Amino acid sequence: MSDIDSRTDEELDRRDSAPGEERITEHELAGGLSGYLLGFGLAILLTIASFLAAQTGLIYQPAVISALVVLAIAQMGVHLVFFLHLTTGPDNTNNVLALAFGVLIVALVVIGSVWIMAHLNLNMAPMSAHQARMMP
Amino acid sequence: MSDITAGSAARDPYRVGRSGGHGHGGHGHGGHGHAGHGHGLLSATGHGQGGPASKFVTVAYGFWIFLLSDIIMFSAFFAAYAVLSTATAGGPSGKELFELPRVAAQTGLLLTSSFTGGLATLATQRRSMAATQFWLLVTGLLGAAFLFLEVQEFAVMASEQAGPSRSAFLSAFFALVGCHGTHVGLGLLWLGTMMAQLWVKGFRPEILRRLHCFGLFWHALDIIWVAIFTLVYLLGASP
Repeated sequence: MSDIDSRTDEELDRRDSAPGEERITEHELAGGLSGYLLGFGLAILLTIASFLAAQTGLIYQPAVISALVVLAIAQMGVHLVFFLHLTTGPDNTNNVLALAFGVLIVALVVIGSVWIMAHLNLNMAPMSAHQARMMP
Repeated sequence: MSDITAGSAARDPYRVGRSGGHGHGGHGHGGHGHAGHGHGLLSATGHGQGGPASKFVTVAYGFWIFLLSDIIMFSAFFAAYAVLSTATAGGPSGKELFELPRVAAQTGLLLTSSFTGGLATLATQRRSMAATQFWLLVTGLLGAAFLFLEVQEFAVMASEQAGPSRSAFLSAFFALVGCHGTHVGLGLLWLGTMMAQLWVKGFRPEILRRLHCFGLFWHALDIIWVAIFTLVYLLGASP
């Protein structure tokens, strides 16, 4: 237990948090069992909202994509805060910065690919009748 | 040097304890009259001071970096799927193939298993062997049920001539969702290993580190599934 247990509270206050580590469980909304229950409930609500947005006519049809993306990002946020215990505290700076860099790369890869491929598709020379017949 | 207290100068070769009791950045140049004879009581949090981090922190942080690189790999599969989702080559589209009741069941199973994984973490903090093993078992069973539904879906699609070789859309679909399913399968193997190790060795420091890393892994898989069920299934099946 030398790594985790034998520390005094004072020492715990001064070191960085490991990713996913929960240090404050009292007087915190996102702490302990209540935090997991709250996160679970919020995730269920957001999932139901996603299915409703996609399957019913509640939302103006062209806006469904935006609604789904927003709901998905919100649910990822709920997972990060309530299940992975990510906070804005100074003990979490390293974890948040690494995550921010990961999110940057993910956004570059996904948005960049979609953007470039849509442009290539748009600027493609129209297919001749012969080419259309040779299509697999 | 797993000890971070940096008590005396002898145990503090980099003199990190010299910056005094402020620790608010900027003050860390020594020469504040605090010789390093104290007990290094500085608020080092977030400033990289106070000596090397404990092994628990460095191991978990390393695994955090791995998870982020894993998510970046998934982002390439997501980009491929987004680009190819309309390239059905005359074959079936997502709207004809996806069965949302099954997807809803899968989502519920994986979300609940993430929650029970959190309950296992809480039981580990209480050092309760029975509760930890029970919640880990529930987590594993829910994950196995999720994987069963996914294999069933793939089998149904393959029997309907909609396998990965049918169109670029289906290749990208099977690559993305299959990659996530592979992760869940490997996670289940890891979970079984951890239950056995915990049973035999008890709550030793290295077991606690591995359990923590497994928890990170399992929650990250659920985050990736949120993106999959939204962008692949709901968007693909929406009218």
